[in-house]
Amino acid sequence: MSDEDILTGLAEIINEITGRPTASVVASASFTDDLDIDSLSMVEVAVAAEERFGVKIPDEALAKLKTVQDAIDFIKSAGVPA
Amino acid sequence: MTGRPVDDETGTTRAPQQAPRTALVTGASGFLGQAIVAALAEPGMHVVCHYNSDRAGADKAVAVAEERGATASAVQADLREKDAAITLVKSCPTGPDIVVANAGITRDGISLMMSDEAFEEVIDANLTAAFRTARAALRVMLRRRSGRVIFIGSVAGLLGNPGQANYSAAKAGLGGLARALAREVASRGITVNVVAPGVLEGGLAGEGAAEGLKELEKSIPAGRRGTAAEVAHAVAFLAGAQASYITGSTLAVDGGLAMGC
Repeated sequence: MSDEDILTGLAEIINEITGRPTASVVASASFTDDLDIDSLSMVEVAVAAEERFGVKIPDEALAKLKTVQDAIDFIKSAGVPA
Repeated sequence: MTGRPVDDETGTTRAPQQAPRTALVTGASGFLGQAIVAALAEPGMHVVCHYNSDRAGADKAVAVAEERGATASAVQADLREKDAAITLVKSCPTGPDIVVANAGITRDGISLMMSDEAFEEVIDANLTAAFRTARAALRVMLRRRSGRVIFIGSVAGLLGNPGQANYSAAKAGLGGLARALAREVASRGITVNVVAPGVLEGGLAGEGAAEGLKELEKSIPAGRRGTAAEVAHAVAFLAGAQASYITGSTLAVDGGLAMGC
């Protein structure tokens, strides 16, 4: 799965949870500063991403995901098939 | 992003409830657990009846649920084990809509003689296990933006019961736990409350701490012990759609014993 595919998936998840337009979810965006996602919403995003991408995002890893790109990198490294 | 308001006229949530619904009751094999299962069970509901060692009790709970038109299953788990709650929640078809953390134990004794082990075991079984069960369930409820978590506390957690320092601490802890969780998830349409039974006919509290209990019984304003069904009715109320604006509260069902606490 490419970065682009993961980004599209994350954008759809964030749109569903926060109502923000998918176009605003760009790789460089910060979850808290740019997308205004609080810690509880971040857990929702993680749970949805786990379901969608078939990965496990432990709490320690989640705390380190600051930008959308961080999440893309983590999901790739956590073993989403290319 | 907010919980659904209840319709003033019909008393139902405006968006239709997803059917079938699932309720998870821990410690369903016990006398109070069985009563809670009975109070929650209705057509369209699946009740997961958790037990640890009392299979016969869990089977009885399943039978009680089925008599009332619900479907039900008995699931074994030792909730003192670290990941047991996660497995238990996963055993709920479609995830739990209602969780009643009722499983509990007592190991009574005067504090000055109480071992670390007796203290910790009661905290683990009554408080830590309840936290883990709620945490696992909340992940599902968060996505669904609705849910009911109900902890079974005790009047011992409100008043303190001599001979039950461990149990009183654990049950009081459930109150703080419920309030913290309630604040965290209230915006997602999930409520977290405590039902605190008083002295019940056939209850856990009847087995130990006998001295303290006799004293306590004398001061029950209602002048009698409560029944499991009376407690279960309060649980069913908090689990229902109409209790959507009640969260972080402790509802004592105790004949007035702990009023004002």
